[in-house]
Amino acid sequence: MKASDARVCVLRIEGTNCEEESFQCFKRLGAKPEKVHLKQLTGTDVSSDERRSLSDYQLLVLPGGFSAGDYVRAGAIFAARLRSRLSEDLKEFVRVGKPVLGICNGFQILVETGLLPAMSGIMADVPEAVLGTNDSARFECRPTLLKKVNRGNCVFSTRIPDDKISLIPSAHAEGKLMFPVDRAKYVIKELEDNDQVVFKYVDPDGSIAGYPWCPNGSTENIAGICNREGNVFGMMPHPERVFFRFTHPDWTRSPDGDGDGRAVFESALDYVSKKM
Amino acid sequence: MAIAEVRVTLKKGVADPEGKNTLKALELLGFEGVCEVRSVKVFEIEMDGKKAEVEKSVEEMCRRLLANPVIHNYYITIK
Repeated sequence: MKASDARVCVLRIEGTNCEEESFQCFKRLGAKPEKVHLKQLTGTDVSSDERRSLSDYQLLVLPGGFSAGDYVRAGAIFAARLRSRLSEDLKEFVRVGKPVLGICNGFQILVETGLLPAMSGIMADVPEAVLGTNDSARFECRPTLLKKVNRGNCVFSTRIPDDKISLIPSAHAEGKLMFPVDRAKYVIKELEDNDQVVFKYVDPDGSIAGYPWCPNGSTENIAGICNREGNVFGMMPHPERVFFRFTHPDWTRSPDGDGDGRAVFESALDYVSKKM
Repeated sequence: MAIAEVRVTLKKGVADPEGKNTLKALELLGFEGVCEVRSVKVFEIEMDGKKAEVEKSVEEMCRRLLANPVIHNYYITIK
């Protein structure tokens, strides 16, 4: 199918606040995005013309924000609602290879839902990882540098050159990716073997570095991971905020051209146009 | 009716930046002899039903929403 025919579901509930930017990224690239409230998919309190079905879309985006006030844990309430009403639809969506993107709060939701890292199967019964409070115990809002470490499995990073260091801003209080303490080493090894690690926080030389280059103390500096098949991907930094070069912090030096985040959306649409 | 109190604590070995920061602030305020501060989340859940049933369903609530097994332990007390 042509990328211009790809229908993108930008899913929101109360407290989601990055749906407009995420929507615009796909719109600018010529796809057909739509901001959809979860109620429209579950059919609760909506008219028949507002009703939507997840299977009508080729791409699902869980945008950033503070869904349901981040109560209980970041992303936990949104995840509980997804699991309670849309579990089967979601599993089918992922099973047929359609891409799912979670940015920031969306990443937290994917982890709480069990769709990431999904070490065995499509959706785990209980979370296998967590995005915990940053080591600084603060909301970290800063430009971060990311190096792609994925070897080609993830469908959201194919357009990013291997040696490229991308500037993508972070804005979160809970971004420290953690695995069960007693099994962390084993889990990381498996993630690397399966090519599920996508981005790592680095310094300007491209080396793994501590705070402030890594804003949260994440395990192995991991900023984004995908599932084993590479079609479900979550990352803490916000690629939708750097679609254009002029939204980079040093925009006065070179205001024209593409921002570093654009390639994430282009990669996803590339995949849709080739595979569907 | 029963009230279930759920204490969600961080597992041993998991960093607790909130606790650490609170400890630092308490020391700055001049409190001496504070060895450690641990952050804990408590939920009170009022439910109809017998104690045993309530405990069983609260256990399920912890598993499915209130705690993340990767970093949390939970303790349920029925009052």
